[in-house]
Amino acid sequence: MFQIFGIPSQALFGQLLLGLINGSFYALLSLGLAVIFGMLDIINFTHGAQYMMGAFAAYLLLQHLGIGYWEALVIAPIVIGLTGIVIERLFLKHLRSLDPLYGLLLTFGLGLVIEGLFRNYYGSSGLPYQVPEALQGGRNLGFMFLPNYRAWVIVLSLTVCLATWFAIERTRLGSYLRAATENPVLVRAFGINVPRMVTLTYGFGVGLAALAGVMAAPIYNVSPQMGSDLIIVVFAVVVIGGMGSIMGAILTGFALGIIEGLTKVFYPEASNTVIFVIMAIVLLVRPAGLFGRSV
Amino acid sequence: MTPTARLAFAVTALTCTVAAAQAQEDSVVKIGVLTDMSSLYADVGGPGSVAAAKLAVEDFNPAAHGMKVEVVSADHQNKPDIGANIARQWFDVDHVDAMADVPNSGVGLAVSEVTREKNKVFLASGPASSDLTGPKCSPNTIHWTYDTWMLANGTGKAVVKTGGDTWFFLTADYAFGKALERDTTAVVEANGGKVLGGVRHPLNTPDFSSFLLQAQSSKAKIIGLANAGGDTINAIKQGAEFGIAAGGQHFAGLLVFITDVNSIGLKTAQGLVLTETWYWDMTDANRAFTKRWQAERAGKFPTSVQAGVYASVLHYLKAVAALKSDTDGRAVVAKMKEIPTDDPLFGKGSIRPDGRTLHDAYLFEVKKPDESKYPGDDYKLRATIPAAEAFRPLKDGGCPLISG
Repeated sequence: MFQIFGIPSQALFGQLLLGLINGSFYALLSLGLAVIFGMLDIINFTHGAQYMMGAFAAYLLLQHLGIGYWEALVIAPIVIGLTGIVIERLFLKHLRSLDPLYGLLLTFGLGLVIEGLFRNYYGSSGLPYQVPEALQGGRNLGFMFLPNYRAWVIVLSLTVCLATWFAIERTRLGSYLRAATENPVLVRAFGINVPRMVTLTYGFGVGLAALAGVMAAPIYNVSPQMGSDLIIVVFAVVVIGGMGSIMGAILTGFALGIIEGLTKVFYPEASNTVIFVIMAIVLLVRPAGLFGRSV
Repeated sequence: MTPTARLAFAVTALTCTVAAAQAQEDSVVKIGVLTDMSSLYADVGGPGSVAAAKLAVEDFNPAAHGMKVEVVSADHQNKPDIGANIARQWFDVDHVDAMADVPNSGVGLAVSEVTREKNKVFLASGPASSDLTGPKCSPNTIHWTYDTWMLANGTGKAVVKTGGDTWFFLTADYAFGKALERDTTAVVEANGGKVLGGVRHPLNTPDFSSFLLQAQSSKAKIIGLANAGGDTINAIKQGAEFGIAAGGQHFAGLLVFITDVNSIGLKTAQGLVLTETWYWDMTDANRAFTKRWQAERAGKFPTSVQAGVYASVLHYLKAVAALKSDTDGRAVVAKMKEIPTDDPLFGKGSIRPDGRTLHDAYLFEVKKPDESKYPGDDYKLRATIPAAEAFRPLKDGGCPLISG
């Protein structure tokens, strides 16, 4: 067995894989943000709270209705997506013509309110949620023990990310969407209901956050502040990838997961700062982000 | 009268009025519960600590002593600078006489300094660092409930003696985690165990898989969790996922509260060994307290920290009543050390010259899901550690109040 910088290669491969798994959460969350920003020009600071709501929805479905993980994987994103649609109709719609800063402040405030409400009802220490029966246990890969659930997370996240990218960049519906962002008036002239499309897009982006929340519930502590712990990192991911770039968000999410994973081996104390250091460097060298179109 | 003289006169008159108002207001004993209202320790302390403080005031019955007692609270947001600022504001402007709780050792140490400077009283229940009665001890601070030395000694000793003699630490990278790691290392080594390594992780880390993998490859029998709250929960939850127990390794939770056990769930937490000084389901008095407390915190269970807030506030009020004054913080603390402690929750005990309250500690094991009969029925008692052995011997603390 060879060594890299004093770390056995086996341990390193394990960390790379773990980084990839964490990256899949970053990718899924930053994808939702990128979709919303790209299509609506809204910096959705409620995203962390919506991710948390997804995890809570999974818990509440199980606790009160006896509905398990697999159903929650479908139901929670739809329910939370609907709350997103209500938010868009009630608030965000009216901010379209204003400076994006207003949307940022509104969503930031909403996020705080939602988090506070959940903390008030459920406390801060978190709620239990088990890994589903079918995905318990794991397999020994030789260089590490890979829990089945983590393998599932990475597969599901990759599938959803690529499907979303395909839907937006390669389908007719996606082309309407992109056209509507460029020139809403013209697209409306073709008989397409642009406001409804925008509402649904926001709902979809929120649904993605909730999906990530359900996926996180069995492995992370389901607590009101779980979103705010993660959201800042995810914003950094979006900034590094380039605001609004779908593929950029996905690739950066996975890449930064890996970089963070490696930091956890070499200098764990810095593992929650390394992403921001990279963000600062990227902003200096390429202000539009790695995959962003320069403005 | 010249305008300047008139102004000076007016200012003097005004100051006198304010001073008179202050003197009048100061007949009230004001207790400030400084705690974490909005983040990871909000369930360990938080609103539950405020409720406990109010119950203590109720049980003390201020009217019978001819006193007026008021409880106020604030959120320190786990930031030492914010905590210290609130403390100054409370002492200087709001006439707060004593501060209670203060979870988070970083904030606790900062606030302890401010309390000493202003000659008020700090009733520490939330912070765990044993430095509060060690090198950083203060004549204005009483440390209730627990500390890192006691946690390390209770859990560490029990685990090493049952064969867990090689350790790997997952340590929260701040004052509390480092103190807990240091104290536990000393206990492990003193009992013939060995520490093979460890990682320092940032506070509030969602993902522990990478650290767990390092712990696995260390081949240590015991993974010591020198962290708290959400960090401990995440580590244990993900440890189950990564087959830590299946690989023959075990967790030693060095600071685990009942709220943590409830959020991990008994299925995952079962068998975990932990040290606490108070458990709601141990005595009738504890159960009665829990019932009253739950009137304000429905469906939750009080932690040892909240019980400590109750006991320390009650004892503080007794000392103030005995002294008939709350103005000199140092004198009140001296009185608190002089009279023996006696309350329904911690029983009879005493306070040492370094500010450490001595009471029994208990080694608990988390029940299996089928052993738990009702909500909150989480622990079974493995051993009682008598007060005299539970805490760090006075001479080992390095408290300057003692040596000179």
